[in-house]
Amino acid sequence: MSVLKKLSSCVREYKRPSLEAPIYVIGEVIFEALIPYTIALLVNEIKDGRGIDRILHYAWILLAMAVASLIFGYLAGISCAKASCGFAKNLRHDVFYQVQEFSFSNIDKFSSASLVTRLTTDIQNIQMAYMMIIRTAIRAPLNLVFSFAMAFYMGGSMAMIFLLVIPILGIGLYAVARVTMPLFKKGFPKYDALNESVEENIKGIRVVKSFVREDYENEKFHNASEDIRKIFTKAERILALNSPLMQMCMYSVMLFVLSVGSKTIIASNGAELDIGQFSTLLTYSFQILTSLMMLSMIFVMITFSAESAGRVCEVLDEKSTITNPEHPVMEVKDGSIDFEGVSFRYASHSERPVLENIDLHIRSGETIGIIGSTGSAKSSLVQLIPRLYDVSEGTVKVGGKDVRDYDLTTLRDSVAMVLQKNVLFSGTIAENIRWGDKNATDEEVKHVCMLAKADEFIDKMPDGYNTYIEQGGTNVSGGQKQRLCIARALLKKPKILIMDDSTSAVDTKTDALIRKAMKEYIPSTTKIIIAQRTSSVEDADRVIVMDNGTINAIGTSEELLRTNEIYREVYFSQNKQGHEEEPSVETKEVFA
Amino acid sequence: MKKRAGKGTVKRLLKMLFEFFPKLLPVIICLIVINAVISALPSVFQQRVVALIQESWEQGLSWGESRPGIMKNVATLATLYICSLLAGFAYNQLMAVFTQGTLAKLRDAMFSHMESLPIRFFDTHKRGDVMSYYTNDVDAMRQMISQSFPQLLISAISITTILCIMLYYSIWMGLVIVLGSFVSIAITRIVGGKSARYFIAQQKYVAATEGVIEEMINGEKVIKVFNHERDAEAAFDKANNELFEAAFNANRYSNTLMPILNNVSYIIYVFVAVVGGLLIEYNVPNVSISGLPISIAVVVPFLGMSRQFAGMIQQISPQINSIVMGLAGAERIFALLDEEPETDEGYVTLVNATEKNGKLEEADYNTGVWAWKHPHQADGTITYEKLRGDVRFFDVDFAYNPNKMILHNITLYGKPGQKIAFVGATGAGKTTITNLINRFYDIEDGKIRYDGININKIKKSSLRKSLGIVLQETVLFTGTVMENIRYGRLEATDEECIAAAKLAGADSFIRHLPDGYNTMLDGDGSNLSQGQCQLLAIARAAVADPPVMIMDEATSSIDTRTEQIVQRGMDALMAGRTVFVIAHRLSTVKNSNVILVLDHGRVIERGTHEELLALKGQYYQLYTGAFELE
Repeated sequence: MSVLKKLSSCVREYKRPSLEAPIYVIGEVIFEALIPYTIALLVNEIKDGRGIDRILHYAWILLAMAVASLIFGYLAGISCAKASCGFAKNLRHDVFYQVQEFSFSNIDKFSSASLVTRLTTDIQNIQMAYMMIIRTAIRAPLNLVFSFAMAFYMGGSMAMIFLLVIPILGIGLYAVARVTMPLFKKGFPKYDALNESVEENIKGIRVVKSFVREDYENEKFHNASEDIRKIFTKAERILALNSPLMQMCMYSVMLFVLSVGSKTIIASNGAELDIGQFSTLLTYSFQILTSLMMLSMIFVMITFSAESAGRVCEVLDEKSTITNPEHPVMEVKDGSIDFEGVSFRYASHSERPVLENIDLHIRSGETIGIIGSTGSAKSSLVQLIPRLYDVSEGTVKVGGKDVRDYDLTTLRDSVAMVLQKNVLFSGTIAENIRWGDKNATDEEVKHVCMLAKADEFIDKMPDGYNTYIEQGGTNVSGGQKQRLCIARALLKKPKILIMDDSTSAVDTKTDALIRKAMKEYIPSTTKIIIAQRTSSVEDADRVIVMDNGTINAIGTSEELLRTNEIYREVYFSQNKQGHEEEPSVETKEVFA
Repeated sequence: MKKRAGKGTVKRLLKMLFEFFPKLLPVIICLIVINAVISALPSVFQQRVVALIQESWEQGLSWGESRPGIMKNVATLATLYICSLLAGFAYNQLMAVFTQGTLAKLRDAMFSHMESLPIRFFDTHKRGDVMSYYTNDVDAMRQMISQSFPQLLISAISITTILCIMLYYSIWMGLVIVLGSFVSIAITRIVGGKSARYFIAQQKYVAATEGVIEEMINGEKVIKVFNHERDAEAAFDKANNELFEAAFNANRYSNTLMPILNNVSYIIYVFVAVVGGLLIEYNVPNVSISGLPISIAVVVPFLGMSRQFAGMIQQISPQINSIVMGLAGAERIFALLDEEPETDEGYVTLVNATEKNGKLEEADYNTGVWAWKHPHQADGTITYEKLRGDVRFFDVDFAYNPNKMILHNITLYGKPGQKIAFVGATGAGKTTITNLINRFYDIEDGKIRYDGININKIKKSSLRKSLGIVLQETVLFTGTVMENIRYGRLEATDEECIAAAKLAGADSFIRHLPDGYNTMLDGDGSNLSQGQCQLLAIARAAVADPPVMIMDEATSSIDTRTEQIVQRGMDALMAGRTVFVIAHRLSTVKNSNVILVLDHGRVIERGTHEELLALKGQYYQLYTGAFELE
């Protein structure tokens, strides 16, 4: 029920067409029911040979009815289109806006791919169902009732046959729907999986060919495809029973009406039933059975979309795990950072915390390097500073205040973060850089590009700062992309700048130049640099060595070289060949 | 989609369907015809019953008197109904089998053909485009095969039948109905034509909106870091509103087509009635095959036929769109099936061998020794050459397209046990060289020899089996960790896979995964870090145990300490084998036997690390950080 309530709140400005559509449908149905009746009268006039005047009389009535029915049908079609497309628009809008409020953990919970599916395929299913509901779901039962009433009116006791046939057909159709639905539900995910495996093969064609696995892949695909064929053939064969079932009912009614009807007409000499009424009865039988068929389709459709509706509502119901405090602090005093007894886990039920008992104090303006093997929770540590995730225990303070007390926008404007898995958006280079500050002048944009050492290659591009970046940034190299991402973050003029392995694809010399420029131009900004290369952190004020979710050591590069085993190993693996000791630390789980 | 599919496509499609099901398809077509004829007949008998009733009534016959005549017709009708039911049942059942069977065969044909295509095809076709063959195009075909074709056939037969009956009764009245049908068709074309245009527009905006959604949702974390939520919303709203407009237009037209056609059919009905009345009134002479004069007995059946006729047209009109789309889909699928597969003229194969008294003999079991089986066409003899992994390039030139040479005069010797490294900027041709070894591409000029054999003579599957490749972009497949490692050698035991994982330094992180080696991986490896994916890819190559290994930036995302562990394992594995290494990180290539520095497709420096440093050239500059590799 809550699902329906939630969804119906998205109808909003399309309430009017949503309500109008059924009204027009009612009009359409009334005329559709009356037209065969009038036709019966017309046929009788012709049969009785009453002449053209009487024929014209009914012809006009019929014409008027057809036009009226056309208008209603037309209006119903339009308002229905408006209502369903509008509803889908609002629904997409609400879900998208909801995602904008999500925290990182919310996004992790659903995964980006699943959010995209919910916004696209699922909402499309719901739109179809909505259209069906406001149009056919009212039309079919109404049609049924009207036709039924008319059949009784015209055929009297003969219409009793419907009381017999309708339950049989109804039960039959319901049974078919009930049996096929689980099959379809089983089949569709397999179909999706098949398509995913095709995509995997396209993406990995070089691997497939390198390992000479074409036959293996063909067989794998064939088996999956065969599996799908079996399920869908079974489902469709059962579904295909609908049509003979429907025909059977139709034929039974026909035979019944013909044999009993002809007797009634002749025996009563047309008093109880005349020929016109007799033909019309046949028309109504057809309408009654068609309506039943439609009802069964609606039943299937609604059941299918109910799953989609459930998935969409899950998103709408999700509470963001990170929200603004009631009386937020609107200014970040300085760039100092304090971790006090911080523990962190991504999910409350995970056994082992990712970060454990971290105490760390960083002064405003300091440059901090962080080193550690894959999976030592370097990224997790820094993501707590702009409150991308909330700590599980302890506090993280920025500018002396708990990050949870700040206004989120204020905090994140002051703490710029260059993410490890970074993206550029489709648009020009300048537009991408201006993500940092919409109102930045061209000079400011150029300045940050100069700091990030991106200006040289941008100038070499044919359209310079107006060069269009394709979706996903596919037309710039990895190193260029990283430098653009740094420039974008610099434009925010942050108090704290965090670079999470953001120069890994940049060569060492440029890397050094970027660090030098930052030192010169933004000396008061606190800088935190996560790196794999020791050369990137060598000139930092202090270097933190992370190991397995804890701080292993803190100190200057020289100090650590003397005292810290891990740092020495990393350093020598990159610089000198003289180091022969066996590295003892294993790679750990990674939370990228 | 706009392009009209030619007659050739229809012909080819029918031919293909016939080849898929040479027995079933004719049966189905027969059933369709029988169905169509049978379903047209009952109305004749119905009319006859009505006429009989009328007659009896007019002649004042009692029920007892008229009963035999009426019941005889009702019985015939019942028989027809039973036939129709049986035919309908059979048709529907067979059609379900046929449709799904066709789709399965089509998918298999597409997939296996795709697997046989050369790498060049995948270079020149976007992944999304290829995917849409399997999704959109197959869907469009399904719609056409299972519904539109049969419906069209049935309608055509029914219309012909009804037309004949009309001619039998009265040509004048028939003309009225035919004229009316033309009006209906005209309306369909006006409304339906626009609807097709709007549907194409709708497709476009759906794609555009999905593009925005995908880009924004996938970049959501960046949006949050930059407080860019409001801007994302604005971009989304724009796309969403445009989609609404397009979808509204498309649905408005498709929703209104049916009520219009339905009610136009009533209007035609009225015309038939009026014209019939007028004809009777003014005693207009009839023109017909039967020679019947215009009478009530002629006009009344016509009214029924006019409804039937309209019904047929109503059923055809929605099929037109789906046939146009289905044929476009078929045409695209045929284009895929027509792509030239990778050719393989090689005849030297890799076989298991045993060594007896210094002579190699072929064995049909796994001996651990491999040999090239080389049949000589000239004298019909077969020689065996032991697989060693010696790869040599002599003056090799290569171009992806003839106008733009990528590699010039590449000469290199990779002897068993050696490690050869390629260093150079993006686009210098490092990966291209490795793509020539496994013949993803064929060389333009020069020679490549593998164990002294021209690689063009080696069967591609044998050649590739003898090479282990770890690529920069690691691709894992949906399945367990174990399955992914076993991909390297399908008959490897669990123990061998675990040993390979240990060698690659992947064992410890795998054991930390929720289900260890049985942990399911998503296709994109999204539940692993990039570095972990690379470790698995190395394990996968290690389990294949090939004499030649190509590592293309295989450790770029692994931290240097872990890389050292991997390196040690690999060195143990590769002892006595040939390794080609491409790496950005110079620490990875330092201990190579030869380092080739590439620039714009030419080798500009070659030598060991020390030699190259002493040279003080490009490599020296790279090493000291004075030069940028991007």
